[in-house]
Amino acid sequence: MALLLRPWPWYVAGPLIGLFVPALLLLDNKQLGVSSNLRHLCAALAPRKVSFFRYEWKEAGLWNLVFLAGVVLGGFIGGNLLAAPAVAIATGTHADLAALGIHDFSGLAPRELFSWSSVLTLRGLVLLVAGGFCVGFGTAYAGGCTSGHGIAGLANLERPSMIAVLGFFAGGLLATFVLLPRIL
Amino acid sequence: MTTTLAGPALPVRRGRSRDLALYLLLGVFFGIVLTKSEAVSWFRIQEMFRFQSFHMYGILSSAVVVAGVAIALIKRYHMRTLRGEDVVIAPKTMGRGVRYWAGGSLFGIGWAFTGACPGPLFALVGSGLTVIVVPVFAALVGTYAYGWLRPRLPH
Repeated sequence: MALLLRPWPWYVAGPLIGLFVPALLLLDNKQLGVSSNLRHLCAALAPRKVSFFRYEWKEAGLWNLVFLAGVVLGGFIGGNLLAAPAVAIATGTHADLAALGIHDFSGLAPRELFSWSSVLTLRGLVLLVAGGFCVGFGTAYAGGCTSGHGIAGLANLERPSMIAVLGFFAGGLLATFVLLPRIL
Repeated sequence: MTTTLAGPALPVRRGRSRDLALYLLLGVFFGIVLTKSEAVSWFRIQEMFRFQSFHMYGILSSAVVVAGVAIALIKRYHMRTLRGEDVVIAPKTMGRGVRYWAGGSLFGIGWAFTGACPGPLFALVGSGLTVIVVPVFAALVGTYAYGWLRPRLPH
């Protein structure tokens, strides 16, 4: 039990995550990919006249939406019942973030930025609203996220996924080193 | 020609709710792994983009290696699904490739800002960080905006 409660090291978590790819394929030819659910949700909620959302979402994605509901539940279990102490990040990162004005390192995300009271501040709008928008627009445009391109796509040696992952890091580095210091 | 993909309409599938229960269970396990490995943490994502820890790189690369070996074995031994069908991985079309670098970069910015990719966003909501419903809703708006602009975007 103590082992379960402690944060899981990368060499436990990574292989476990990797096994979802063959598990889903062998179950029923399903491909791991979380961001498809954003499309399925749009298709279910408001397809209107947008052809991108006019398809049989139940047929294509009900299994994935159920999987996603499981992820929410898993987050509850992992974040509460099996909750760990503060994230033990590298001292260099701690120092860099402190220099940017972040002082609360107690949760999974800094409470100064990720709380309801910060939503309507400039930082909150950029990180939560613009950030979320970029996640949705970017993954739909690229046709996948960390799971679909970063794990399943790379594992299948697909060139589009390699380009997408390089893009993930290009954008992430730009945001981290150029944009964040101007926002925080 | 094999008929594995476009066979006659399947009879009404029995055990569909049992299938869905299985996907729910897999999702629960996925959410627990994401949370317990701290891959859902904004701090861990900052550490990754600052190249100050191996943690996230270890998770991603070992996941790719395990999944890659498994896919190679599935192909090598022509393994079938539980329902007896050939395993088929639909290939991604390259096109001009614009969508991959442009969409990928945009997602990268969002990943660094929110500190979470789509899976972790939903796991974080479950973990009790309720404010994350804001980026989740914004992501839905973003996805909708893409769908709307899609005919006018280069791919």
